[in-house]
Amino acid sequence: MAGQKQGWSDHQVEIFAGNLLRCGVITAASLVIIGVLIYLFHNGLALPDYKSFKGEPQELRHVGGILKYAFSFHGRGLIQLGLLVLIATPIARVALSIFAFLRQRDKLYVIVTSIVLVVLCYSLFGASSH
Amino acid sequence: MDIISFTTLILLSSLIAGFLGSLTGLGGGVVIVPLLTLVFGVDIRYAIGASLISVIATSSGAASAYVKEGFSNMRIGMFLEVATTLGALLGAFIATKLSTSIIAVIFGLILIHSSYLTMKRISSPKPIVKPDPLATRLKFDGSYPVPGGWESYHVQGVPVGFCLMFLAGSISGLLGIGSGAVKVLAMDQAMHLPFKVSTATSNFMIGVTAACGAGIYLNRGYIDPVLSAPVTVGVLLGSLFGARHLFMAKTRNLRIIFSAVILLLAIQMIYSGIKGRI
Repeated sequence: MAGQKQGWSDHQVEIFAGNLLRCGVITAASLVIIGVLIYLFHNGLALPDYKSFKGEPQELRHVGGILKYAFSFHGRGLIQLGLLVLIATPIARVALSIFAFLRQRDKLYVIVTSIVLVVLCYSLFGASSH
Repeated sequence: MDIISFTTLILLSSLIAGFLGSLTGLGGGVVIVPLLTLVFGVDIRYAIGASLISVIATSSGAASAYVKEGFSNMRIGMFLEVATTLGALLGAFIATKLSTSIIAVIFGLILIHSSYLTMKRISSPKPIVKPDPLATRLKFDGSYPVPGGWESYHVQGVPVGFCLMFLAGSISGLLGIGSGAVKVLAMDQAMHLPFKVSTATSNFMIGVTAACGAGIYLNRGYIDPVLSAPVTVGVLLGSLFGARHLFMAKTRNLRIIFSAVILLLAIQMIYSGIKGRI
């Protein structure tokens, strides 16, 4: 079977990846729930306004801004950090796969997986300048 | 209605959407966007952003269950991810150019298709005995656990599968849904993967594809934290709960009801889109 020659077997990598994803989801969900509670405590009686699209403020759009906002314990910032962790979780899983393919000395799939990682990083970091 | 009641209502609806989506295998995303736009009057751009985030959560949350079984094929998944992530970039880019009415109409049409697929029982094609040269070069052939050992399988139709995956990625990026139906279809029908392998591999791919679209949406300010939070938590918990009850439910009747609901939402989305209300 492919991938069971040396290093990690496909299945071992899968199990590790499964745990990684679970940790990511639990961390994200905790941040989101804490953030919502903080936000509702301060702003719960305000009126929701989603009818017209205005777009989020700059500090909630980019990784740097979200981190800064979250670490000052703003409700919205903490939620957005949780959502960012959620987006980062599958990306971390792809990065892990590159490592696994490297250990298996599977050059073709190191390249294929790197392409996927580059596209993902472009979408999160590169496309932001427009 | 204040934000506390609004958040609670969205949380409850998302729980139900996630639960039904997981029982029927369609995912919560297909109903979240129509629900938010038609029932809660949310702008479709915020709705798509929130839905996409919930798709990532569902996929990652379900992954550990699939992993234990050992069905997914990492090489096929990763190779096809090249197509779905590029598709998602394109879809998310197009979404920023199209008017919301057109997006609503496209969404409605995709919903009709999903409803049709839910009704129709898709039969898995016969496994292929002869290896395909391209699939062999890409090391796609594998084996999966069956009662009493491992069963090996061969893959074919790589170019068609790749193109279909690009389409699935574009739909996911454009509409904020997982488009798992198209993914499983491509892997089952075009590439002749065994059903369990294609479902598990597709689950992993859905998360990566959605993360790609979500990156763009985040940068464009489509992802509102206060709206996305109850949607994500609700769909995630609902789908985890649904997965536990998968084998108890009478799926046939449920699929009929769910696809009827989807059809109604589809008609409403198209109507509102044409009328310019979305």
